[in-house]
Amino acid sequence: MSSDHHSPKAHRPEGAEGDHPFRAHHFNTAGQQAGAAKLGMWAFLATEILMFSGLFLAYFIVRMHYPDMVLAAHEHLNKWAGGLNTVVLITSSVTMALAVRAAQTGDQKAILRNLLFTIGFALTFMVVKYFEYSAKIEHGMLPGKLYHAWDHGYIIEGNPHIFFAVYFCMTGLHGFHVLIGIGVLTWIYIRASKGHFSPRYYTPVENVGLYWHLVDLIWIFLFPLLYLVR
Amino acid sequence: MILSMFMAPEKAAPAAQKAAETAQAAQAVADPTLHKQGAGAVWETVSPWAELPQASTFAEGVDLLYMFIVALSVFFFVLIMGVQGYFMWKYHRKSDDQKTSSITHNGKIEFLWSAVPAVLLVVIFVWGEVDFLKQSVSPPDAVQVRVTGRQWFWTVEYPDYPGVQLTSSVDENAVTLVVPKGKPVQLTLTSEDVIHDFYIPAFRVKRDVVPGRYTTFWFEATQVGEFNLYCAEYCGDQHSAMIGKVKVLDPEHYAAYLIEAGKLEQEEGESMAAYGQRIYGKRGCNACHSLDGSPKIGPSWKGLWNKQETTDKGSVTIDDNYIKESVLEPNAQIVVGFEGVKMPSYKGQLDDKQISAVVEFIKTLK
Amino acid sequence: MADKESKHEAGHAREPSYLVAQKGLKSWLLTIDHKRLGMMYLGATMVFFFIAGMSAIAFRTELLTPGPGEISWVLEKLGMDPTQSATTYNKLFTVHGAVMVFLVIIPSVPAALGNFLLPLMLGAKDVAFPRLNLLSFWVYTLGALFFVYTLFAGGLDTGWTFYTPYSSNFSGTAVLSATFGAFILGFSSILTGLNFMVTIHKMRAPGMTWNRMPLFCWAIYATAVIQVLATPVLAITLMLLIAEKTLNIGIFDPAMGGDPVLFQHFFWFYSHPAVYIMILPGFGIVSELIAVHSRKHIFGYKAIALSSVAIAIISFVVWGHHMFVSGQSELAGIVFSFLTFAVAVPTAIKVFSWVATLYRGSIQFNTPMLYGLMFLFTFTIGGLTGVFLGTLSVDVHLHDTYFVVAHFHYVMMGGTIIAFIGGLHHWWPKMTGRMYPEWQGRWASLFIFVGFNMTFFNQFVMGQQGMPRRYYTYVPQFQQQHVLSSIGAYILLVGFLWIAYYLLGSLRKKNAPKEPLPDNPWGGASLEWHTQTPPIEHNFHGQPRVDSDPYSFPQIDRTGQVDHH
Repeated sequence: MSSDHHSPKAHRPEGAEGDHPFRAHHFNTAGQQAGAAKLGMWAFLATEILMFSGLFLAYFIVRMHYPDMVLAAHEHLNKWAGGLNTVVLITSSVTMALAVRAAQTGDQKAILRNLLFTIGFALTFMVVKYFEYSAKIEHGMLPGKLYHAWDHGYIIEGNPHIFFAVYFCMTGLHGFHVLIGIGVLTWIYIRASKGHFSPRYYTPVENVGLYWHLVDLIWIFLFPLLYLVR
Repeated sequence: MILSMFMAPEKAAPAAQKAAETAQAAQAVADPTLHKQGAGAVWETVSPWAELPQASTFAEGVDLLYMFIVALSVFFFVLIMGVQGYFMWKYHRKSDDQKTSSITHNGKIEFLWSAVPAVLLVVIFVWGEVDFLKQSVSPPDAVQVRVTGRQWFWTVEYPDYPGVQLTSSVDENAVTLVVPKGKPVQLTLTSEDVIHDFYIPAFRVKRDVVPGRYTTFWFEATQVGEFNLYCAEYCGDQHSAMIGKVKVLDPEHYAAYLIEAGKLEQEEGESMAAYGQRIYGKRGCNACHSLDGSPKIGPSWKGLWNKQETTDKGSVTIDDNYIKESVLEPNAQIVVGFEGVKMPSYKGQLDDKQISAVVEFIKTLK
Repeated sequence: MADKESKHEAGHAREPSYLVAQKGLKSWLLTIDHKRLGMMYLGATMVFFFIAGMSAIAFRTELLTPGPGEISWVLEKLGMDPTQSATTYNKLFTVHGAVMVFLVIIPSVPAALGNFLLPLMLGAKDVAFPRLNLLSFWVYTLGALFFVYTLFAGGLDTGWTFYTPYSSNFSGTAVLSATFGAFILGFSSILTGLNFMVTIHKMRAPGMTWNRMPLFCWAIYATAVIQVLATPVLAITLMLLIAEKTLNIGIFDPAMGGDPVLFQHFFWFYSHPAVYIMILPGFGIVSELIAVHSRKHIFGYKAIALSSVAIAIISFVVWGHHMFVSGQSELAGIVFSFLTFAVAVPTAIKVFSWVATLYRGSIQFNTPMLYGLMFLFTFTIGGLTGVFLGTLSVDVHLHDTYFVVAHFHYVMMGGTIIAFIGGLHHWWPKMTGRMYPEWQGRWASLFIFVGFNMTFFNQFVMGQQGMPRRYYTYVPQFQQQHVLSSIGAYILLVGFLWIAYYLLGSLRKKNAPKEPLPDNPWGGASLEWHTQTPPIEHNFHGQPRVDSDPYSFPQIDRTGQVDHH
């Protein structure tokens, strides 16, 4: 039993209900492990929501104090890019859900296919974002003291550097989470390609799915607030 | 000196104070850059155990509520500790295998000890809230005062008395705020840099002083005398030096004193240099600039005139123009070594004549 | 059953304990054993406790005289610039506060004792996510390194509260590294809280319903909820502060259209619940100490358990009581004041319940119990003085004076630290397999008690008389009280050094007990006392089952019969 002290994975008694090779040693049943993992992921998502709420609050405060400035500044955001990204993310959530479903039913090919699609859409999101950010940077619409859009002929009344600070903080933090998501999805893809997942054990896929849906959900709130306000 | 602590308060205070002053005088020699708090300044020689004066219309009410909470706290504390002590004595372990009672809860008692404190707490809350609201609504005929907080001194101005300005200075123990007894006074406060807080313990009033906005509070002084005023929001290096005196006078004497103390004009027969020296002491320059060469927060004025200095924008000769620019736009050219410091601007505070007087004073400091 | 032989593990031969089961540095640094992680957290938090404590000794020495002097003397002797003494003072109190809050009190009870005890008390082999637990520890270490770097890179002088605009636009000290360090430490706290929450939900032993869980676990649960929900807001606050400082985004800078008071709202939204993160585990410890050492079933189990949850919930809506004079509206002040009083009620219920537990108990005055009883004394004072500060009109006078300093030291030190020391002694044999020397424990506790009250009690008086806090120099009338306070601090120092001396001494080879210590030296009834001392790596040999609550000591019921219910 010495090998399992540095890893929770180990051999276990055979024949336990729903057992699978990935039950960690400190859990008594696979069900206990799955339940714990799910609860843990939901708790983690709660922390993510709270973290983003702080930024949403900051946005609302800025909007309350400077309604005209916010309206003027956000006109310079690319609605089409943002809209495209919204469609991309929603679609990626669909493929993610399909991947989870595939894991539940044991369809190994479908897991890989749908995960690949999800990763692809996530990468698309980041590429579109890259173009958006480049445009902003080129036009000098940067946060805080880096703001110099007037050098590029864009005059926005008020203190638009605050709006762009909020914009970059929110979309930046979100983009960071998308990047993390790509990493995690890749890891799950690798595990799936090794055949780790089955109807008896698909919690990691499910949990990554939950994470991904949250990333999507945050964007769905972010997009209208930043891009579409009137 | 430590022994003096155990003497009766009246005897102890002067002894401790004397010792403190001597120690500080010694320290002042050893460390001339630091403000000489206490030494030479006349603070109230109050015993540490004496009561704080109740010098405003709020004070009695606040103290009464405070004592009410003290009384309740003492009562409950003695009760709880008394019961605890009694149980500790009565139920100490008598034998190794002693068995204990099976009591695990008692609905009635638990309800009681939840409800009674809750009711008492509501009483305290309501009382506190009512008194608090009284403090928020200033009477319409209050004397208006405007206070500006800067690192690290207060400037107080009176809209009804143009030209009058009082500045705090811990070294001079300057009177920072003058108010008439028996009349409501409303203060409107703002900061030029960081958050400060204007606190007069004897009046039981306090309000944060915030940059970029105005806060207000009011009080009515009930006693003639001098009372301490403190900055009560940490604001940097010399936070504990932002202290001053509030002077309460009878209404008849108030106006005359204010004009005398606050106006800063060149007197008849007074030289420009002497006028400049008075400005140095009364407009907060002494908070940051020494006269004897010792480095303080800002450069010393000794030998400053015509000095060749290196600033962050290049080399410069300290002349009228540089001094005037430093007074009005202090951060335009900063002497190397003082880049981190943010000197507040005196735009609107000193007129051209006063700036010239300061220049003349600096010329005398060889 | 509260007997010395563990019911569950009887019949098993002694096995190597978790301390020696794996050997080598790597086995410690990469351990996923919650017990080892707990001990590592213990060591780390105690090192930082020492650093923060010595900062306090330094500035309390400066405060012996009203004027400047002590610090500038030291600076001169060290060949440093004596004109920096005011700044040095400000750095000392900031470091004291920041290190104590972020590196000592928030992690100490949950991460050190909680990590060690939670699975044992629940009858589990480990926490729900052992590898996440390891990550938590290393994240803590990373955050701590940023703090250590800050100490060497110019220190920090903003106060632990980092108020803007001083911290964002004016301070010349290493604000960024300290803020980033606190940001990282927040993640350690979140992950630990998450881990504990899931562990308690999912890994209780069969038969252990929520109502049969030790109160320490309830306390850890309530704490975990706060950690998980409040700390992310701190993360955002610090992120915004970093952005403000590096990019001048303008959210807190009035010159750019921002609002410095907004920072206070963001900051206290986390930091008020944070103080409950600090005290709730201490409450949990006290429940255990008092019940076990009076060998009596805790009184009001449900009330104590649920009041922890109530406190956790209400703690989220009282943050504005730190800001009554900040310029926030009167209505806000009224709402926050009312809710602050609401949170006092569940707290009072606990204190009464603990005292009631002593009734017809069988009290043994050993060191853990002495600290438990001491807690009741000091925490009650701390809690009662909170009432003054929650009262609007009185708080106007007392805000930012030494009264506040005295209040929070009575609850955080007189509360959490004293409970922590009591818990440390109580579980010392279980954790280390060694026993501390009892008479030294009792005498050292006297030093702590006397020193603590001497340091802080008269600060209430000072504050009421108008002595503001964070003052480097002060008006001479306060000198006697400051001297009294400083002497108390030195006595405290002696007490703590003594405790460190004998606790560390008990670990020495020559002080090893001749026979292994019994599983259950105190006669406790919760599961951690029913396994080997110190525990084996997997805690228990099988899966323990539970059919009674953890306070079932031998009792006399109403018919006079001995009852183990």
